[in-house]
Amino acid sequence: MDYSQFGAMLPELIILGLFFIVFLFDTFSNEGGKKLLTPVTTVLFGLATVAIWLIPSCGDTVFGGMYVDDSACKAMKAILNVGVFIVLLQSAKWVESDEVAIRKGEFYELLLVTLFGMYLMISARHFLLFIIGLESASLPLAAMVAFNKKHYESHEAAVKYILTAVFSSAILLTGLSFVYAFSGGSLYFDDIRAELSSGSTPGLLICALAFMIAGIGFKLSLVPFHLWTADVYQGAPTAITAYLSVISKGAAAFAFFVIFVQAFGTLYSAAWEWMMYAVIIVTITIGNLFAIRQKNMKRFMAFSSISQAGYIMLGVMTESALGLGSMMFYIFVYVVSNLAVFSVISAIENKTGKVGMDDYDGLHKTNPWLSFAMTLAMFSLAGIPPFAGFFSKILIFTSVTASDSMALYMLVLVALINTIISLYYYLLVVKAIWINPGEARIESFRSAFSERLALWLCVGGIVFFGLVSGIYQFCVESAATLV
Amino acid sequence: MFSNFLIWFVIVPVIMMAGLACCGNSNMKAIRTVMVVCSTVLLGMAIWLVCEFLDMRAAGDTSEMLFTGSWMWYEPLNIHLAVGVDGISVLMLLLSAIIVFAGTFASWKIDPLPKNFFLWFALLSTGVFGFFISIDMFTMFMFYEVALIPMYLLIGVWGTGRKEYSAMKLTLMLMGGSAFLMLGLLGIYWHSVPAGGVPTWNILEIAHNSAIAPSWQNLLFCFTFVGFGVLGAMFPFHTWSPDGHACAPTAVSMLHAGVLMKLGGYGCFRIAIYLLPSAAQELAWIFIILTGISIVYGAFSACVQTDLKYINAYSSVSHCGMVLFAILMLNRTAMTGGILQMLSHGLMTALFFALIGMIYGRTHTRDIRQMGGLMKIMPYLGVCYMIAGFASLGLPGMSGFVAEMTIFFGAFENGDMFHRVFVIAATCAIVITAVYILRVVGKLILGPVQDDHHLTLTDATWWERFSTATLIVCLAGIGFFPNWINETIQHSFTPIINALNMAI
Repeated sequence: MDYSQFGAMLPELIILGLFFIVFLFDTFSNEGGKKLLTPVTTVLFGLATVAIWLIPSCGDTVFGGMYVDDSACKAMKAILNVGVFIVLLQSAKWVESDEVAIRKGEFYELLLVTLFGMYLMISARHFLLFIIGLESASLPLAAMVAFNKKHYESHEAAVKYILTAVFSSAILLTGLSFVYAFSGGSLYFDDIRAELSSGSTPGLLICALAFMIAGIGFKLSLVPFHLWTADVYQGAPTAITAYLSVISKGAAAFAFFVIFVQAFGTLYSAAWEWMMYAVIIVTITIGNLFAIRQKNMKRFMAFSSISQAGYIMLGVMTESALGLGSMMFYIFVYVVSNLAVFSVISAIENKTGKVGMDDYDGLHKTNPWLSFAMTLAMFSLAGIPPFAGFFSKILIFTSVTASDSMALYMLVLVALINTIISLYYYLLVVKAIWINPGEARIESFRSAFSERLALWLCVGGIVFFGLVSGIYQFCVESAATLV
Repeated sequence: MFSNFLIWFVIVPVIMMAGLACCGNSNMKAIRTVMVVCSTVLLGMAIWLVCEFLDMRAAGDTSEMLFTGSWMWYEPLNIHLAVGVDGISVLMLLLSAIIVFAGTFASWKIDPLPKNFFLWFALLSTGVFGFFISIDMFTMFMFYEVALIPMYLLIGVWGTGRKEYSAMKLTLMLMGGSAFLMLGLLGIYWHSVPAGGVPTWNILEIAHNSAIAPSWQNLLFCFTFVGFGVLGAMFPFHTWSPDGHACAPTAVSMLHAGVLMKLGGYGCFRIAIYLLPSAAQELAWIFIILTGISIVYGAFSACVQTDLKYINAYSSVSHCGMVLFAILMLNRTAMTGGILQMLSHGLMTALFFALIGMIYGRTHTRDIRQMGGLMKIMPYLGVCYMIAGFASLGLPGMSGFVAEMTIFFGAFENGDMFHRVFVIAATCAIVITAVYILRVVGKLILGPVQDDHHLTLTDATWWERFSTATLIVCLAGIGFFPNWINETIQHSFTPIINALNMAI
C-alpha cells in the first residue's frame, strides 16, 4: 500500500492528531494539569484552524477515488473549523462548571471525533466512506447532547437524537442499496454518474432518491424530517445546540450538494428537482411559521435554523459553481450570525440560567454590549444590510435565478416572501431587548473573557464579511474545482 | 475612490456614526456638536454639488450622469459600487441634506438614549444619501434597505402611542415591498444583456442595452413598481404610512415623509420606467388607477381625522400619490412636475411634522378638538403652520402651486378619455386639500382657546425657529424661483423620454 496517499488527508490527520493529544493529556495529567486542558485545546485548535486555512489543497484523488482533496472541500473544512473554534470559545465557561468539569476531556474528544466524521462526509466520493463519516459525526453527538447528566431534558433530547439519527441512517442505507442495485454494483459517485448518463433511468431511482433525500434531510432538519430539532435543541447544553445548528448542518449541506451534483447531477431535472422544490418551500415556510410562536430562545433558534436550512438548500438547486460558492458563503455567514446569537444566549444562561424570550425584556438597560451584539446578529439572520446576512441571502438568490427558469424564479419569490415572515420574529427579539417596557430581568454582568472573544469574532464577521467581497470571491473560486 | 466627490455623501454619515459612538451616553453637548457639524458639512456639500453641477452643465457637459465613478465589488456577479448623479439626484441630495439638517435641530432634546437615537438617525441618512448617488442596482437596493430598517427602532423606542404596532407594521410592509423589488431587480439583472454577454447591474448600461424581452418586462415592471410604490404610499399599500408617521418621533417623521417616501418615487422613475419602458407604456394604466385612488382617497381621509399627525400623514398619501401619478403620465412636463412635487412635498411635510412635534411637545395633545387659538399663544408656530398649510394647498408663491400646476399641464397632454377622467379627478383633490387645511387652520390656529392651561405655554425656542425658518425659506425659494430647478433637471428626462418613445 502506498502510504503517501495519506498526505492528501492532511486536514483529517491534523484533527486526528489533536484528538490523540487531548486524549493522552486528559488521561495522564494530574489534577493541576487538567486545569490547563481547556486553554490548551482551544489554542491548539486555533492553530489547527490556521493551518487548515493555510495549507494548499493538493487536488488529489486518493484511495482509488474514494477520497478527494480539492479546494472546495478544503474551503468548506476551513469554514467549519472557524465555527468550531468559536464554539470552543463560547463553551469554555460551561465546561469549567462544577457539573461538567470532571468530564471536560470527553467533551473535547467527542467533539473532535464528530468533526473528523464531518471531514470525511465532505471529502468522500464513495458512499461507504460517506456513511462512515456520517455515523462518526452522528453517534458521538448523541453523547454530547446528553452531556448535562443531571438534567432530564438533556437525556430526553439525547434519546430523541439517537433514535432519529439511527433511523435516518437506516433509511439512507436502504436508498443506497437501491442505488447499488442499478449502478452495476458500485458505490463510487463517478460510476453512478456514468451509469446514469448512459441513458437508462431505472424506476428504482426515484425511490432511491426519495430515501436519500429523507436520510440526509434528517441531518439537515429539513421539513418534514425536522420533528426532532426543537426538542433536541432545547434539551441539549447550549454549546452543543450551537454546534448542532451550524457545524453539523453546514457539513451535511455541503455533502448533500456534492452527492446530488456528483452522483445524480445528470438526472437533475428529471428525477429530483420537484422533490427539492417541495422540500425547500415547506422547510422555509414551516420553520418560519413555527418560530413565531416560540418563547424559549433555544427552541426559537431551532425553528429559525430549520428555515435557514431551506435557504441553504437553495444553493443545491443551482448545480453551478456560482451556486455552490454562494451556498458556502451563506453557510459561513450563517455560522458567525448564529454563533453570535448562541454566544449571547449561553453567556446569559451561564450567568443566570434564563433562556426565555421574556427574560430579555429591557436587556439594553443592564447589558448594552450583549444587546448590541444580539441586535446585529438578528439583523444579520434576517438579511438586513449592511450586515453579512443581507449579502449571503441576496447572493444566493442571484445565483439561483441565473438559470432563467420561471420555476426557480418563483421559488425565489417564495423565499423572499418568507424573509418577511422571518424578519417579524427576529424583530420580536430586538423588540424584547429595546422596546418592551418594564424593569430588566437580567442583572448587569461582565461575561468571561472567552465568551467576549467569541462574541467579538462573530460580530466582526457579521460586520465585515459582506462589505469585504474577498470572502465571497474565495468561496466561488474554491467551488469552481468541484462542479 | 476617495477622490470621487459623491462617495463622501456616504462617508460623512459614517464618520458621523463613528463620532457618535465615541461620545458618552448622555453627553448631549458632544452628541449635538457631532450632529450639527456633520449635518452642516453635508448641507454645504449638497449646495456645492448643485452649484458645481450647474456649472458643468453650463460649460456644455451633456453626458447623462456627472461625477461618475465605478469600482468592482463582487466580481463573480459583476456587482460594482457605481456612483453618478443627474439633475434629479442632485436635487434629491440637496433635499435630504436640508431635512437631515433641520431634523437635527428638531430633535435637540431627544430623550431617552440620545446617542442611540442619533446613531440610527445617522444610519438612516447614510442609506438615503447612498441610494441617491448609486447607479448600480445592487448598491442602490442595499442602501434602500439600510434606510428602511432603522425606522423600526426609531419608531419603536422613541415613538409615542401605539408605537410597537406601528413600527412592526411599517417595517414589515416596507420590507415586503422590497422583497418584490429584489425579485424585479434580479430579473432585470439576468436579462440585462443580449444572450451571451455578461449581465450588469449598472442602470446606464442596462438602459443602453435595452435587451429585456417585453414579456419579462411586464412581470418585472409590476414587481419593481409595486416594490417602490409601497414606499411611495401607493394605494392599497399605503396603510403603514398613517400609523407609522403618527407614532414616530418628530425628526423621524420629518425624514421619513420628507425623504424616505421620495425614494419610492425616485425608484419608480429611475428603475421601473427607465429600464422597462415598453412595460411602462403598456401597464401604466393599472398604476394610474391606483395612484388616482391614492390622491383622492388620501385627501378625503385627511378631512375626517382629528389627530394632527394623521391629517398630515393622509395628506402625504395624497401628495405622494400625485408624484407617482405625474411620473406615470410618461411625458416631460408631467415628470418635471413630479420631481417638483417631490421637493415641495418633502420640505412641506418636514415643516408640518416639525411644527406638529413642537406643538405636541407643549400641549401634550395632537387632537385638534382639544386645542385652539394657538396664534394667540404661540404666534411664531402659528404663522409657520399657516405657511406650511398654504404651501400644501397650492397657494401661488409657494412650491406646491408650481409643482401641481406643472403636473396638471403635463397630464392634460395625454388626450384620451381615460387619462382625462383621472386628471380631472386628481385636480378635484386640490379642493379637498383646501378643505382639510383650512379646517385645521381655522380651528387650531385661529379659533378660540380651548384649554386655559395652554395660555401659559411659550413660543418657539431658538433651535426650533432655526429649524422651521430653514424649511420655509426653501419652500418659498422654490415657489418664487422655480426656474433654476427646471434648469437643473431638464436634461435628466431626455434619456427616459427617448427610451419611452423607442418602446412604442
